[in-house]
Amino acid sequence: MLDVSHVTAGYGRTMIVRDVSLAIQPGEIVAIIGRNGVGKTTLMKAIIGLLPLVQGTISLAGAAITAAPANDRAQRGIGYVPQGRGIFPGLTVEENLEMGTLINARVGGERRHDVAFQYFPHLAERRRQRAGTLSGGEQAMLAIGRVLIGRPTLMLLDEPSEGLQPNLVQQIGDDIKRINAELGTTVLFVEQNIELVMNLSQRGYVIDKGQVSATLSVAEVTNQDALIRHLTV
Amino acid sequence: MLDGVFNALYQFQVSFSFLLLSAIGLAVIFGMMGVINLAHGEFMMLGAYITTIVATAGVPVPLAMLLGALGVGLFGAIVEILVVRRLYGRLLDSVAATWAVGLILSQGMLILTGPSMQGISSPFGSFSVGATSYSWYRVVLGVIALVLLGSLYLVFMKTRYGLRARATIQNPAIAQALGVDTARMYTITFALGSALAGLAGGLFAPTATIVPFFGTNYIVEAFVTVIVGGANALVGTPIAAMLLGAVNAALGTEFGLYIGRVGLLLTTILIIRVLPDGISGLLDRWRMRPTGTRSGK
Repeated sequence: MLDVSHVTAGYGRTMIVRDVSLAIQPGEIVAIIGRNGVGKTTLMKAIIGLLPLVQGTISLAGAAITAAPANDRAQRGIGYVPQGRGIFPGLTVEENLEMGTLINARVGGERRHDVAFQYFPHLAERRRQRAGTLSGGEQAMLAIGRVLIGRPTLMLLDEPSEGLQPNLVQQIGDDIKRINAELGTTVLFVEQNIELVMNLSQRGYVIDKGQVSATLSVAEVTNQDALIRHLTV
Repeated sequence: MLDGVFNALYQFQVSFSFLLLSAIGLAVIFGMMGVINLAHGEFMMLGAYITTIVATAGVPVPLAMLLGALGVGLFGAIVEILVVRRLYGRLLDSVAATWAVGLILSQGMLILTGPSMQGISSPFGSFSVGATSYSWYRVVLGVIALVLLGSLYLVFMKTRYGLRARATIQNPAIAQALGVDTARMYTITFALGSALAGLAGGLFAPTATIVPFFGTNYIVEAFVTVIVGGANALVGTPIAAMLLGAVNAALGTEFGLYIGRVGLLLTTILIIRVLPDGISGLLDRWRMRPTGTRSGK
């Protein structure tokens, strides 16, 4: 599904991510964990194409996308939910959702807002409201709902739990599991919240100092002590 | 008495449409891209020349004006791809580069066509109210300004291009990560703003002398209107044009053109002192306040 091979990327001359390789199979839910500032967000940006690679290759469903710009990668089926949600505050909820229609555009097919409302019914009540006036939880739902519209084959979620209350973290985790099970969407997510990692992941990678320092099996991603060891200094 | 009221209304709508048409292309490029196009006046000049040359060759005047808009729009797309695209995020560099484009245009036109060109006459003739004679064409310009504003509103609020353009100005990286070809959006938007400048130049052509420095007649008013209006071209620019148009018309009718212009500039200084983000900055702050405090309807 997604093959990241020996990727090095960074800003200017500072390389934040060095020689990282990941292989994600169709239908998986895979976690990337690690402490603050180890390069998790940089890796996500390199995968969606917002940051050029210095070295390495990326392929999606067998096709090389290393040189493709972010808009092209989105149109090939990647739905990216950035850290901090990246909603458009001045646009309405409905307009934000409409912005998801280009995702997976190469495949085509009908695009309906119903998919987002099916998983996040609360958004339907707010459809004409400006997204900037939504609560943090609603913005998180909007950001995921927006990429769902395009029926992505792969969702990249950068810290979906960020800024959410514990009950909402549980809720969002269950929603993502439902999306994965019902729509077959592959999920790669970055997270520091141990409850969400345990609730959601089927396996994982640990990133430390810009490199993959460990791979985690199902047993390990559901083992709280093992996760705490990897996430604490 | 009634004559006086009519005269005041007429002067107001002339000032309003003059300011709005001069500013709207500049406002679209500034508001949607954050780029200050210092060649705006020369783009208007180019529109006036294309319109005049095509109309003199026998093409009906309205069609000649549309061709002027189209020609300047295409020219704008080329300028965006060759120059402006390389300078995003570098405001002063893009100001200097577009200024250079403007200088090349006006000097080039001087070399190519000489110091002036035979203009086209103002269509539709005139009418009188009381003892004063008025130009039909200037009334038509007012109607065109309103129609143009309505069309732009529809383009930006109701089309896919408009939605993607608004998303791109709010967060270009996210828009791109959602599949929007942002480079193409910028080219289209710059071409649209250029076409609006070209159209304004063509519309003003019958009312002015056609010279290579045609743009200098409008550029100060255009910038002032954009600054007072703020970043939102659809909301700020028309309100600014109304406000400044009222000041300009009132003082101009009473004390002459010179004082009208001084009043316009003084009003601008006052407004940007109080509202550094312009009128639309104020409206945006009001609209984005938390829902809990919203009162009334």
